Amino acid sequence: MKYVPPGRPGSVVTVEPRYENFIGGKWIAPTHGKYRVDLTPATAKPITEIPDSTPEDVELALDAAHAAKDAWGETSTAGRAEVLNAIADAIEENKEMLAVAESWENGKPVRETLAADIPLVIDHFRYFASAIRAEEGRSTEIDKDTVAYHFREPLGVVGQIIPFNFPLLMAAWKLAPALAAGNCSVMKPASPTPWSILKLMEVIEDVAPAGIVNIVNGPGAEIGKALATSPRIAKIGFTGETVTGRLIMQYAAQNIIPSTLELGGKSPNIFFSDVMAADDDFLDKAVEGLVLYAFNKGEVCTCPSRALIQSDIYDEFIARCLARIAAIRQGDPLDTETMIGPQVSAQQLEKITSYVDIGRKEGAEVLIGGSRAAMAGELADGYYFEPTVLKGENKMRVFQEEIFGPVLAVTTFDTEDEALDIANDTLYGLGAGVWSRDGNRAYRMGRKIKAGRVWTNCYHLYPAGAAFGGYKISGVGRETHLMMLDHYSQTKNLLVSYSPKPLGFF
Amino acid sequence: MSISDPARVTATPAAREAVLRLRSELGGPVMFMQSGGCCEGSTPLCLRDGELLVGGRDVLLGTIEGSPFYIDDRLDTAWGRPSFVLDVAPGPAEGFSLDLAGRLHFVTRPADGGTGR
Repeated sequence: MKYVPPGRPGSVVTVEPRYENFIGGKWIAPTHGKYRVDLTPATAKPITEIPDSTPEDVELALDAAHAAKDAWGETSTAGRAEVLNAIADAIEENKEMLAVAESWENGKPVRETLAADIPLVIDHFRYFASAIRAEEGRSTEIDKDTVAYHFREPLGVVGQIIPFNFPLLMAAWKLAPALAAGNCSVMKPASPTPWSILKLMEVIEDVAPAGIVNIVNGPGAEIGKALATSPRIAKIGFTGETVTGRLIMQYAAQNIIPSTLELGGKSPNIFFSDVMAADDDFLDKAVEGLVLYAFNKGEVCTCPSRALIQSDIYDEFIARCLARIAAIRQGDPLDTETMIGPQVSAQQLEKITSYVDIGRKEGAEVLIGGSRAAMAGELADGYYFEPTVLKGENKMRVFQEEIFGPVLAVTTFDTEDEALDIANDTLYGLGAGVWSRDGNRAYRMGRKIKAGRVWTNCYHLYPAGAAFGGYKISGVGRETHLMMLDHYSQTKNLLVSYSPKPLGFF
Repeated sequence: MSISDPARVTATPAAREAVLRLRSELGGPVMFMQSGGCCEGSTPLCLRDGELLVGGRDVLLGTIEGSPFYIDDRLDTAWGRPSFVLDVAPGPAEGFSLDLAGRLHFVTRPADGGTGR
């Protein structure tokens, strides 16, 4: 089926001509009254107008968060869990609407937002609602009269900056643990996707206490910086690209506050010969595992963008994969049959095109795709790029640079050691995939690959409860796991003496 | 102190003009740091000069209208020490990068119309 685009008669998504910032539970116009147009990448046509905020608006959001923080921080964990569950329920009731809104704004196929993004958003809130109920402080008997009590305390107000590739899921990844731990958030969405999160705020505004979540939209250079450098935040969480991550750490250093960062990747996806030992479901799964580079049009930090295939199966395995790639249906993201939609912006499309040209000139062979995809009718101006496979070797730039598009770089290896060398020959260490019917080998590889997550005989699963984060320059900290509560808490130690006796020093 | 390996970045006339305009708008020079990928990456981040602390592992590739252009040495090595052409493209900058009133942003292209190597 095809969903009607947001704002048109019959759509499940209503669109106002203009949106405001969400601050202190209210819709607040930007101080300077400036707005900019938000486009859908599907047609390059406007959806609505969004605040082009300035640092004053960040201050308003910080005011609201600070006003809310004491009451929220003192709310019992049962009370906070109740709010998180109510948020999850409200999202579930509006699942289809949010899936369509996010798909239209980001370009990701609605089959993905319906089946993955929004259900995961819901589950993340429920996971952290549960996790916070099970949190316990620890106490230690230092000696028979002295006890060290440890309490978790909220940090207070935190700044959170999220990317465009999963506008709602990245918000949930950061908001759910921060709120569960008793913090209030000021969040800056990515400039290409400012609107769908405001639809999310419409959905939760009646169940979330005012001021615990505040959303300010605008240019990163102005308001991202104003938020990250503010002495009024107790922590900054960031997902995005690496130089900006470095800048965020520098700002955090100046304020002596913690930062957690989830940055880029160039994830290897390794296929050993034994995947072809039988023509069965497992082989089918492995083929799909390679084609997952096109998931979310390749705009994923963990995109399995380097496929390493053992030489003796290369010809047959890649032939099966190319046939599967050729069958990818590209088009209107709101069509449930569509498997790949447009890239998020003209800028992304331009970068992807440039990288494929670099690859060609480096001598990489284009096995499929390689160009902007020509679309008809309304979609003609959208930012579509063909699912592409480049064959080459790991020293090429297209194997080393994160393209953030549906472009796979494929190469071969002969031995397990060679596969490991190639896998680790990258600056990044976010994700990796290992495919083998030999569990011992898969385990060995998984432990030796320098990446925060090694998907083993699977890829692109993001369940709450499995820690996610980077090695090397891919980041600092872990998300989607209860250890995230540590990243959003202070430890208070009460060291208590139950002895009436003086120490005897003075 | 950064490593110096100048003359590996040039700029189109449009990029030079954009740097000068930005300089006069901001009342001071800017700096560029080539970024390596992810969401808003693979572009030169344009910042006020001095905004990013330059370290001993950053390589100075050249200066455009008084504005230094750097790349992280690890990235530079992984990419095979390419040469870049700084240019501008329509639309706002992404991430924390400065742009020209949301209408033009900086991009880098490989030099010599090729891989830059």
